[in-house]
Amino acid sequence: MNYNWNWHIFFEQNPTGAGTYLDMLVAGLLLTIKTALLAWVIALIFGTIVGILRSLPSKTASWIGFGYVEFFRNMPLLVQLFLWFFVLPELLPRAAGLWMKQLPNAPFWTAAIGVGLFMSARVAVQLAAGIASLPRGQKQAATALGLTTGQGYRYVLLPIAFRIILPPLTSEFLNTIKNTSVAITIGLIELTGQARAMQEFSFQVFEAFTAATVMYLAINIIVVTGMRFLERSLAIPGYIAGK
Amino acid sequence: MIEISHVNKWYGPTFQVLKDCTTSVAKGEVVVVCGPSGSGKSTLIKCVNALEPFQEGQIILDGIKVNDPKTDLPKLRARVGMVFQHFELFPHLRIIENLCLAQEKVLGRSHGEAMAKGEKLLERVGLTVHANKYPAELSGGQQQRVAIARALAMDPIAMLFDEPTSALDPEMISEVLDVMVDLAHEGMTMMVVTHEMGFASKVANRVIFMDKGEIVEDALKTDFFGSPRSERAQKFLSKILSH
Repeated sequence: MNYNWNWHIFFEQNPTGAGTYLDMLVAGLLLTIKTALLAWVIALIFGTIVGILRSLPSKTASWIGFGYVEFFRNMPLLVQLFLWFFVLPELLPRAAGLWMKQLPNAPFWTAAIGVGLFMSARVAVQLAAGIASLPRGQKQAATALGLTTGQGYRYVLLPIAFRIILPPLTSEFLNTIKNTSVAITIGLIELTGQARAMQEFSFQVFEAFTAATVMYLAINIIVVTGMRFLERSLAIPGYIAGK
Repeated sequence: MIEISHVNKWYGPTFQVLKDCTTSVAKGEVVVVCGPSGSGKSTLIKCVNALEPFQEGQIILDGIKVNDPKTDLPKLRARVGMVFQHFELFPHLRIIENLCLAQEKVLGRSHGEAMAKGEKLLERVGLTVHANKYPAELSGGQQQRVAIARALAMDPIAMLFDEPTSALDPEMISEVLDVMVDLAHEGMTMMVVTHEMGFASKVANRVIFMDKGEIVEDALKTDFFGSPRSERAQKFLSKILSH
């Protein structure tokens, strides 16, 4: 293989003139983190609401939850982002569509919301499974004490269910971070986008993507470690994950 | 206090679990409900605080119709204590928090008030030293005593017990029964589903015998143990007393 390795490339001036190639990658990393965090917050909020809907005895509620989950999990993420970014503005009334297209940072908001909703379907399924895994008597005990359905979820069912699903939720958080790289297709220059740009300008493809890989790995290790701490601090003595 | 009249309940279109059940529990009375498994005892007691819905008949609790859509069920349930076969303490809350949750969220007591009440009741069931432990760190008998204390913390007008000792190891049964006997002696209105005939003969005023969803026998304790009228009750008694 005829390839000129050049690890010093990171400290060379990038073509925009503003800083080095490393600065480019770091800017991409920060955008990846920002997008992923917002997407994860959206995934947790919508996932929780839909997960609760799916666990309610009401037929209407569980049908709504079912429809939501199947809509968002059965379509490729890439297709969903295209739908939100290219198709939705055309379907809306002209003025609204124009407003959307001219929105500053449109790729960022579309990516965060698109990835967030896609992931929320997965969070919803896990939460519903977590709630279903609780003994039926827990809900009955909460009800018998006079707690309303909302209070029962808030104070009894959700705190236990979330503890149970914390390990798989960690995986979903990691998936959220990785999935933000799909947003490169709608013009979001996050970490993968910056690595590609660096490669195009410098022809140092291996260095660029090695750095991107290391950066993804680093955020994910931080997330995994953080979630382990969270799991430990929330562990219940003698119960799930407790020693 | 509890008036059950002509209650019919079906699971699905054909399977009838309660057949024209009529009985009552007066203020201060202790009524034991017994019968073979699958006879509908637990279902009947869960109908009293509307944990289980029923299709026909009515139940009146302290003058309030349970199966009236206008009844504020959480408020009504908060006035009736319920103890479950599998304790159903909330595993993520410390013992004292288990006692305080509904006092604060349902009755609106201040944290201080709830704690004072909780501590008093823990002392009463002899578990003060375990106040800051989690349910999984206690034995079954201790957990059930906590469950009774949790129900009493709501200052209930009546207590429902659904096989409170069936999930316990033999050596723990008496510690729970002792608490229940004390309660009965204090004049608490109690409806108790149990196989503990020793408890029934000690404190019950009346014994109800159920079989296949029907109330087969509803008699004063002395009559029931002396000479049960129905053949089914005789058979049941001879089996349960001879082992």
